[in-house]
Amino acid sequence: MTIEKPVARALLRDDNDIRKIERRLFLKQTLSVGALTLLTGCDVTDIGAVQKVTAAMSKWNDGVQAALFSQTRLAPEYAESDITRPFPFNAYYKRDRVPFVDGATYKLEVSGLVQNKQSWTLDQLRALPQASQITRHVCVEGWSAIGKWGGVPFRAFLERIGADTRAAYVGFKCADDYYSSLDMATALHPQTLLALTYADQTLPPQYGFPMKLRIPTKLGFKNPKHIMTMFVTNDYPGGYWEDKGYNWFSGS
Amino acid sequence: MTTADIADKSSPPAAKPIHPRLVRWWHWINAFAMFFMIGSGWRIYNASPIFKFRFIEDLTIGGWLGGALQVHFAAMWLFVINGLVYLIYGFVSGHFRRSFWPLRPRDVWRDFNLALAAKLEHHTGVYNAVQRLAYIGVIVALVGIVYSGLAVWKPVQFQTLAWTLGGYEGARIVHFLAMSAIVAFILLHLTLVALVPRTLLPMLWGRARGEHKTDGGGVS
Repeated sequence: MTIEKPVARALLRDDNDIRKIERRLFLKQTLSVGALTLLTGCDVTDIGAVQKVTAAMSKWNDGVQAALFSQTRLAPEYAESDITRPFPFNAYYKRDRVPFVDGATYKLEVSGLVQNKQSWTLDQLRALPQASQITRHVCVEGWSAIGKWGGVPFRAFLERIGADTRAAYVGFKCADDYYSSLDMATALHPQTLLALTYADQTLPPQYGFPMKLRIPTKLGFKNPKHIMTMFVTNDYPGGYWEDKGYNWFSGS
Repeated sequence: MTTADIADKSSPPAAKPIHPRLVRWWHWINAFAMFFMIGSGWRIYNASPIFKFRFIEDLTIGGWLGGALQVHFAAMWLFVINGLVYLIYGFVSGHFRRSFWPLRPRDVWRDFNLALAAKLEHHTGVYNAVQRLAYIGVIVALVGIVYSGLAVWKPVQFQTLAWTLGGYEGARIVHFLAMSAIVAFILLHLTLVALVPRTLLPMLWGRARGEHKTDGGGVS
């Protein structure tokens, strides 16, 4: 892979995202355009019914994926030479809107079904045992890229804060107003990582400073960046894209 | 044509349908499922094209990537379950053996040339060698699109599948190629039905007009 190509692709995606967001505002309630309407003669009411069916199937698929998910099956790991350079930037906004977070005053807030709700500074998190991985990030759009992340194994962190690991969900709120959530089984997977570094350097802003959750068993949008708050809960927390229609489980 | 089929011909009023009921149901449910799978698949492709082109958006289904993914992963159940029933039936009932076998290269070559010269007769209820090759080919492509689709959907949980296709990115390309083969088949299939429209009725109702009187002496 050449160096220019991913950059060009990343830029292309940014433009697409803007267009998609605009379009989504009025397409949210209408499943389809063009072909479906013309070829099936469906009116808008029918399309609403179709959407109900596909939304119900998406829930069913959450269950199927949870059943397929194995806590011991590891995502393939790669060599340093396989890393995609530069690793693409991706967000629901353009690069110039990446949020600024002050690492010196930053504290990760922990809430919900946990015993120890103290906040965590970056130095405290860096003092915990660290792990790293070179894994493939698969985007819901279809493209993929290999990167290297390092940080605190999330399972160890959950155990340290006394999280109720029988709870259903772990939710995240981010500095860029992004939010997401994942199932407890995936949260406890050995490769799920509270990532503080990218390519052995402090996680740069475009990749989610001060931290992102790196989950190689999930699609990219399930890997929240710029995490400010995490919470353990039994109430379905949804997510930024999930609430718009992306499948919630979205496992790889 | 088997002796059983010929025996049936001796009692005209109760002639056996050209296409068994299960095959007809499979065909139309599959057509419905494929319409949604392909239309939504094109939309998903457009979100991050593998090659230097995009599908025309008006020909896609889903409205946006999230809608297309929902349609794709809903229709896949209909497509796969329907397909499995057909495959099991095809092997167990002898439908595949009777309809698609034997398949000899020289017959394919002969029928291909006859077709090009517009001299290939259509014998209702009997597939010529080119048709047999096309049907076997599209069944292989349908199995291939499910196989590669599973690898693209779950490159970690089904990593062994993905590995056999050269990993996640390889599986994406195989999935695209299998789609291309299926679409090529559909275009050819629809063209031939348009050229020989009387083939449509048996797929709808099981029989052709006057089918029990003569089959044009069709011998495979």
